[in-house]
Order: sequence, then structure tokens, then C-alpha cells
Amino acid sequence: MTVTTTSPSKVGSRPVAEPAPRRRPRLPFSAWHLLLAPLAALFAVPLLWLLLSSVMSNAEINRFPPALWPSKIDFGGYSYVLGNAMFPRWLLNSVIVSAVAVTSNLVFGSLGGYAFARMRFAGSRVLLVLMLATMAVPFQLTMIPTFLVMKKLGLIDTLGALIVPSLVTPFAVFLLRQFFLSLPRELEEAAWIDGCSRLRVLYSIVLPLARPALATVAVLTFLTTWNDLTWPLIAINHDTQYTLQLGLTTFQGQHHTRWSAVMAGNVLTVLPVLVAFLFAQKAFIRSVTSSGLKG
Amino acid sequence: MPRLPIPLTMPANRSESRALRRRRRSEAVTAWAFISPAVLVILGLSVLPVVWSLLLSFQANDLVTPSRWVGLDNYRALREDPNFHQAVKNTVVYTVLYVPLSIALGLALALVLNRRIRFVGLYRTLFFVPFVISATAQGVLFSFILDPEFGAANSVLHHLGISPQGFLTDPSQALFVLVAITLWSGTGLCTVIYLAALQDVDQSLIEAARLDGAGRFHLLRHVTLPALSPVSVFLLLWQTIQALQVFDLVYVTTKGGPLGSTTVIVYFIWEQAFKEFTAGYGAAAAYVLAVALLVLAVVMRLLRRERTPRTKAAAS
Repeated sequence: MTVTTTSPSKVGSRPVAEPAPRRRPRLPFSAWHLLLAPLAALFAVPLLWLLLSSVMSNAEINRFPPALWPSKIDFGGYSYVLGNAMFPRWLLNSVIVSAVAVTSNLVFGSLGGYAFARMRFAGSRVLLVLMLATMAVPFQLTMIPTFLVMKKLGLIDTLGALIVPSLVTPFAVFLLRQFFLSLPRELEEAAWIDGCSRLRVLYSIVLPLARPALATVAVLTFLTTWNDLTWPLIAINHDTQYTLQLGLTTFQGQHHTRWSAVMAGNVLTVLPVLVAFLFAQKAFIRSVTSSGLKG
Repeated sequence: MPRLPIPLTMPANRSESRALRRRRRSEAVTAWAFISPAVLVILGLSVLPVVWSLLLSFQANDLVTPSRWVGLDNYRALREDPNFHQAVKNTVVYTVLYVPLSIALGLALALVLNRRIRFVGLYRTLFFVPFVISATAQGVLFSFILDPEFGAANSVLHHLGISPQGFLTDPSQALFVLVAITLWSGTGLCTVIYLAALQDVDQSLIEAARLDGAGRFHLLRHVTLPALSPVSVFLLLWQTIQALQVFDLVYVTTKGGPLGSTTVIVYFIWEQAFKEFTAGYGAAAAYVLAVALLVLAVVMRLLRRERTPRTKAAAS
């Protein structure tokens, strides 16, 4: 039985003997690298350029044509954004908002998800459907009334306005519910018989098993809150309450000719996400793909 | 007597009376305690705003003084507003370019990376990394790289002997430059999702087809792509929703300009509500977008159902 697709007679009719398929002795590596390597470089170059320009002097950037490689490393941009601008404050604000959002999504998402997965109560089905429906609502539809609600609560221009809407998302509740449903019931029932409360069962039996799902919720919550610009732009006016994203774009608008400082600020803005990504790459990619494949 | 769990799987037994009923009531109290934070936030900041937005869209509102009922005037005005038409057109052009390109490029990269070659992990990381970077950071970075005077892009073009380009400052280029930036950051998502899906493609199917003499192209066309089609439909929907809602990148790079050439729908909504303080008008535009997204999602769902052979005609 033949596996090759070319017929033997055709091969035989060619004047020069061809090398057998699948053996290309000329290249020491797969030919696909010739395609992949330049493409990968194209993806990497903007980030490399971000890093390089943050340690270039303004003089080097501002001449024409601008330098593509720093002649010497200059930390002027960094000292400017750390000393003269409010970047440290914005970094702190971003950390506070993201940390609270991640923690509260884990806590409230687990509680809500567990109740929907394992407990019987009146109205649970209606609430679940309602929650699923709100996942499909685009943010643009709710942002104007949310602004008005936050204004009524007196939270506009405070970090509270950024925290409250991201305390718990229907996504976190639903994802954890799905995961809890996939766990075997027997473990929990044994604990029940021993007289454990629901909260105790959730905390000491279910959650340790749910680490992958909790990691997914944490990663996606962190990414969306850290990277968000739209809502801070609407809810915050005063620059002491800016997040990094809002601060960065405002700073760029005000310092159009200090590109090295703008890029230094940009590095500070992306560095936390990049470091988290490089350390937990598997969790990041699994989070993104699992949420994608289930959708 | 040992405390027993409520037999959730069995119907309540009437003879098991009061103790059980009390038990169930306390269970309901606990359950409500568990879900109340989620319900409060989701009802208060999602369900209520959806209704409120609808009411707003029939009102004139400046976010400060009490609003005035105007009926369908906002929607009528939208129909006449050339700026809104322009925003819809820009958004559609952006979406029609970005979505197929990102999916096709993502699929091609995933198919190549699915082979047994070296450095697959490194390539995957490099293609995916831009995805985790915020649209703000991307926008600031590319504003710099593509800056007509100080940017690296024109510097490179200068070395190649090509005249400098306007990029984001050129009305005829800006929207396409935005598509290119989003391709840079969004293709990696498609790649990793396709890669994950390719791991799940039944290897015995491929082996069987190969034994039957199917070539590479036939394998791709008749085995791999059909197996990936649920993921493709998902990505099509997901990327389209993302593209129709693009805002952050536009705000950071062009603010809708030059000459309105990159004003997209969400930018239009934001501008109306929070810059012009015509919140009712903005809410009406938001409703138009939301209904479009809903229709799209429903159509995709029907498409997906039609493709699944298991669905019975009787189901409808």
C-alpha cells in the first residue's frame, strides 16, 4: 500500500532524481522558520522599540531622522515620570483597584457560583437566566446610567467609582458555577454528614479543588480592570484619582515632545501585566482559551 | 441522630415533614446570603441601567438637570445625523477588515505552529504577548512609532528611500493603521484558541484520511477545518463584538480624527454623552449598537445550530 500521493511512474519520468519526500538535507532546521522568524520579529519589534526609546535621550529621539538605537542608556525619562509626574500615585491607584476587584470577584464569585451550583432556593433559575443575559449586555449600554448611579452615590471622582462596578461580574459567578458542577458531589456530602456548614465545605473542600477556575477568574479580572480606560475616563476627573491607563494617555497629551518620558511611563504601565504574564503564562493562555472554547 | 444532607437528587418525601422543611428554609437563607452581593451588583449596575438607558434614549438629558421626555426624537435625529452615519461606516469598515484578517492569520499561524518544529513555545509567546497589553499602551506606543516627525516608522522609510507618511494623521490612512495595530495585538488570541482546538482534533480521523490517500490540502479542507468550525464560529462572533465596540485605541491615538475618519460608534456615543452632554442622544446610539450586537449574536447562534447535524427538525 502506498502512502505518498505522487504516482511512481511520474517520479520515474523526471530526469533528475528527486530527494525522497520529507528529507530536505540542505537546511539544518525546518523551512517554516524562514516564515515564522520574520513574523515573530514583526510582533516583537514594537515592544523592543518601547523599551529602547524609554532609555533614549530626548535629543536622540528629536533629531531627524530619529535614531533607531540608543547611543547610550539614559534614564532621564524614568526619573522625570517618577519625580515630576504622578505616575507613582497612579500606579498605586491601579494596584488598589485591581487588587480589590480580583479579591472580591474570587470571594463573591465563589459564593454565588456555589449557591447556584449546589443549593436549592426559590428564584434560583430566574436569577441564573437573568445573570446570563446580563453577560451579553455591552458596556456602552450601561455606562451612562452607571455614571448617574455612581454620581447619586457620591462616588464620582473617587476610586470607589472604579471599584464598585467591578466588585463581581456575572462571568465570574457563571464560570465558577460551571466548574463546581463538574466536581463530584460525594466529597461534599461526606463533609455534610460530619456536620460541616456550607461555608466550611466551600472553603475547605470545594475551593482547593477549584484552583484552575479561580486562576482563570483572577487572570481575566486582573487583565480587564488593569487595562481598562473607558470607565476611568468617564468616572474620574481629578488627576490624583487617575489609574495608570488614564494617567498615561493624559500625560502623553500634555508632554507631546518628551517622548522618552512618555515611553518610560508606558513601560511602567505595561510592566506589571508583562511580568505577571511571563510568570504565569500557562495560566494566562489557559484562561483565555478555556473561556473562548466554552463560549 | 447524625445530620444528613438534603437528598438533592430525590424529590421531597412528604412524610419527612417539618425538620426537613426547616432545614430547607435555612438552606435558602444561606443561599441568598451567598448570592446577594452578586445579585446586588448585577441588578443595580446591569439590569437597572439597561432599563434606564432605554428611558434615557427617549429623553433629553445633560447629566445634570432633570431630563425632558422627547419620545422618538433622538432616534429620528440619529437617522439624519451625518456624523452618526460616518461613525457606522467607519466601524463597519474597521470590522470587515479586522475580523476576517485576524481569524485567517490566527488560523494560519496555528496550523504552522501545530507542526512538530522547534521553538513553538517561543513563537506562541511572541504572537500572544501584545494581547495582554492595554489598548492605551498600544495606542501611546504606536502614536510614537508612527509619529510623522519623530517616529521610527518614517525613519525606517527614510533609510529605504520612501517619502514620509502621515499614518494616523492622514485621513485616508488612519482607519487602516488602526486595523493594523489591532491585528498586531489581536491575532495572538485567535492563534492560541485555534492551537488549543487543534489539540482536540481527532487524530484517528486524520490518520484514516491519510491512509485513504488524502493530501495535505484535502486533509485541511475536509478534516481539519470542519473539525474547527465551532471554534471558528465562536471567534467570528467574539472578534466581531470586540471590533464593533472598539474605543480605547481610538481615544488614545486619533480622538476620532483626522476629519472624523476614525470616529467609530462607541467614540460617537462617548462624545455625545460625556463631552457634548447630550446623554439621551448618546443612549439612543448605544441602543442602536446593542440591538445590532444582539441580532448578530442570535444569527450566529442559529448558524451554529444549523451546522450541527444532531439537531432535529422537530426541535423548532
